[in-house]
Amino acid sequence: MRPLVSVTSRVAVLDRADVDTDQIVPKQFLKRIERSGYGAFLFFDWMKDPDFELRRPEYAGAQILVTGRNFGCGSSREHAAWALEDYGFRVLLAPSFSDIFRSNAVKTGLAPVELPEPALAALREAVAARNELTVDLEASEVRHPDGLVVPFALDPYARETLLFGLDDIARTLEREPAIAAFEARRG
Amino acid sequence: MGTTLFEKIWSAHLVDDEQPPLLYVDLHLVHEVTSPQAFEGLRLAGRRVRRPDLTVATMDHNVPTEPGPVRDPLARQQLETLARNCEEFGITLYATGSGREGIVHVIGPELGLTQPGKTIVCGDSHTSTHGAFGALAFGIGTSEVEHVLATQCLVAAKPKTMRLRFEGELPPGVTAKDMVLGAIGQIGVAGGAGHVIEYAGPAIEALSMEGRMTVCNMSIEAGARAGMVAPDETTFAYLRAHGVEVRPEWRELRSDPDAAFDSEVVVDATTLVPQVTWGTSPAMVAPVDGVVPEPSSPEERRALAYMDLRPGTPIREIAVDRVFIGSCTNARIEDLRAAAAVVSGYRVAPTVRAMVVPGSAAVKRQAEEEGLDRVFTEAGFEWRQAGCSMCLGMNPDVLAPGERCASTSNRNFEGRQGAGGRTHLVSPAMAAAAAIAGRFVDVRELG
Repeated sequence: MRPLVSVTSRVAVLDRADVDTDQIVPKQFLKRIERSGYGAFLFFDWMKDPDFELRRPEYAGAQILVTGRNFGCGSSREHAAWALEDYGFRVLLAPSFSDIFRSNAVKTGLAPVELPEPALAALREAVAARNELTVDLEASEVRHPDGLVVPFALDPYARETLLFGLDDIARTLEREPAIAAFEARRG
Repeated sequence: MGTTLFEKIWSAHLVDDEQPPLLYVDLHLVHEVTSPQAFEGLRLAGRRVRRPDLTVATMDHNVPTEPGPVRDPLARQQLETLARNCEEFGITLYATGSGREGIVHVIGPELGLTQPGKTIVCGDSHTSTHGAFGALAFGIGTSEVEHVLATQCLVAAKPKTMRLRFEGELPPGVTAKDMVLGAIGQIGVAGGAGHVIEYAGPAIEALSMEGRMTVCNMSIEAGARAGMVAPDETTFAYLRAHGVEVRPEWRELRSDPDAAFDSEVVVDATTLVPQVTWGTSPAMVAPVDGVVPEPSSPEERRALAYMDLRPGTPIREIAVDRVFIGSCTNARIEDLRAAAAVVSGYRVAPTVRAMVVPGSAAVKRQAEEEGLDRVFTEAGFEWRQAGCSMCLGMNPDVLAPGERCASTSNRNFEGRQGAGGRTHLVSPAMAAAAAIAGRFVDVRELG
């Protein structure tokens, strides 16, 4: 997993609540046994609509997505996080994420950053005037070139995973003696 | 201060006192769709499966429900990949044709694998179903599947707790599905986010295990991490009937009377009526004797357009093209009995195509022993083989664009059952009644 220290990029805005993972990547693409290449299927049905937000030319190449509450609800399919990452996103800003999606995103190297609605509204406004943001995981803040700075708090373990691109399994295997002792205790 | 059922199971499964919490997993259920990349990850890193004896696999999401070979080459490749992975890593697999296959959340309890006090995970959000037995059960993503395969543990932040009490008795004709849809309508699709919900109260205690599984199944539709019900005599009777020896310590698995929950929700069971969803999220739900409401958000306006419905339309005037009785929510034997009781002696409306997909091979066998298959086929239903089928439409069972379906499944998202398809979530009895009438009817008004 590639480390994610700081991203400066233009921003795509998808201002919808409760975006479910069925929309992010529909079921017909879950038959693949590969982990890569899902970007082509991102929002597959919504992309057919010429007015769909992510088709706007000014959002092309955006690595930051600003979206609505409860993003990634529904199915546990990690393919949703893979599709967003493969499409080019590295950071998601939303009032909240569904629990399983949040975890899947971190393990995909995609930062799910939760911000209160007023802070997001301010960022959306700033971006509408000048479309660029920096999301700095080291400083735990979002910055707009015109001076707006919004701090955020990521779960410390998730932040470390993202900052250093760590392998979760290797970290847990360092606690193998504790796992073995637990198994022995329980018989 | 007492502790909750959740806290008792949680603390008994922490491998040590370090941070972040490392939770030991007692049962890992695996299926073909969310596991291939996890096994590949193990191979690339040269890792083994730590506890193949605590890992069980089946084939469900992709399998066709008509007899014959798997024609879709991608689906076939995914099923063959699961078989190969299980063989390579020494994992028990209940493959199609074994007689023990079925939807992963239906076979776990059937095989006696789902037990009180266990931690159970699976790469599927409806793993919450198993919480009906007083287990802590939740869905995980593929990276976590790989993590559990390699370590038998999960790094997990401790969720909050919610108690959702159903007060009073459930009226006749109202089912577990109506209870959970009503509750989601009340608290919203993110109402349980970050929480484990313990369902309690007299209406929960009165439910069969099948009913409790239906309620716990849809916890994720309220955004919750898991749902659970404290085990009782109903639980123990089910377990004994499925070859499980009941352990005395399971009787201690309940929240202490003075245990505090992070939040408490009360639902009045006495006023519940059969529920029908009208929108594209499970919280967009109305009583069958109600109307399609005025939209109150951009999401609801969008949902009405997608569903091609107008505010003020009585739910009972909505005609359906398809009926699907199946899924991990409602395809157990009791669900099929409830639907068959409504269907018996009637014919499916000529404008409707209706199908029944049993939750497992065992459910199918039992239904056939009871003659339910004949009740359905004589009425004009298609009687299929077990699988997830049109709940998510990964196999050939899908809605055509614009088709409207009364479905006993769990998600009415846009395109869930097929691109452009329109899904209304209902109970098995309500789905059966809609098949016969060609539109939604109040099942309580049928003889």
